[in-house]
Amino acid sequence: MHIMEGYLPFAHAAGWWVVSLPFMAAGVRSLKRIVRETPSARALLGTSSAFVFVLSALKLPSVTGSCSHPTGTGFGAILFGPSVMAVLGSIVLLFQALLLAHGGLTTLGANAFSMAIVGPWVAYGLFHGLRRCGASFSLTVFLATTLGDLMTYVCTSAQLALAFPDTTSGFIGAFVKFLVIFAVTQIPIAVAEGLVTVVLMNALKSYNLKELQGLHVLPSQGLDP
Amino acid sequence: MKTTLIILAIVFLVSLPLVLHRPKAGTESFGGADDKARAEVERMHPDYKPWVQPLWNPPSGEIATLLFSLQAAIGAGAIGYYLGYLKGRGKKD
Repeated sequence: MHIMEGYLPFAHAAGWWVVSLPFMAAGVRSLKRIVRETPSARALLGTSSAFVFVLSALKLPSVTGSCSHPTGTGFGAILFGPSVMAVLGSIVLLFQALLLAHGGLTTLGANAFSMAIVGPWVAYGLFHGLRRCGASFSLTVFLATTLGDLMTYVCTSAQLALAFPDTTSGFIGAFVKFLVIFAVTQIPIAVAEGLVTVVLMNALKSYNLKELQGLHVLPSQGLDP
Repeated sequence: MKTTLIILAIVFLVSLPLVLHRPKAGTESFGGADDKARAEVERMHPDYKPWVQPLWNPPSGEIATLLFSLQAAIGAGAIGYYLGYLKGRGKKD
């Protein structure tokens, strides 16, 4: 989902920066508040960043014959809310843009919007929506993080189609082309991310139930399916 | 038990494409989706010229692999440290 350096026209690159910056600013505020109110959450915040670090470094093969990577941003979004991930995800994107020539500084606004904003908000919204409907914890974590990952790639496809509409079929034609490249490739990879997140979340549930309850990820009373 | 099954499912999901995919002659198999998207942009808009270059490029594929491995290793180390700490602390809470 990394749009490469220089591969968005200036107006688009700048526009996505303008859209993403308020989310990053809100994320910094949210991060400061969490660290001030619950200093013990720092270890779990670090783990959430580490998860994005690992998953976004792994380029996995997919059935389409190309490789792509999971995002890992759904895990932290479920734990700490989506705002925080706008910061943690952008830090990883910055690292990759500077040291790996993967993504870029001009396209960082657009890449942050898909990976560090859209993905986390989808995962967070689905997690709480499905929990309210009574779905089990593992299933909810799985669906939320899988679809959060997938929507990141749908977003990238839309961003590229907006910047580079097809000369005959316009935005829709280009959107479909980029969806085939990104979103279809991503389906099995997103499922893998959902499954890994369930394993990690279940480990937290076994060993750190109290903190999950403190973050309102699990209810404080009553047994949970 | 459940965890083991999930991990096996992940291994299966990730290795299946390597078996299923039949490469077409003359095309690169398992290249990056990002590169394919760039190629698509260049195909649809051959007149588009990227207006900035990355400040620094890893000098070779090996160096890029090193940096990606380092990224994954740092992350995995941190997660392992945290889970080990929780497990050592015990299931008391």
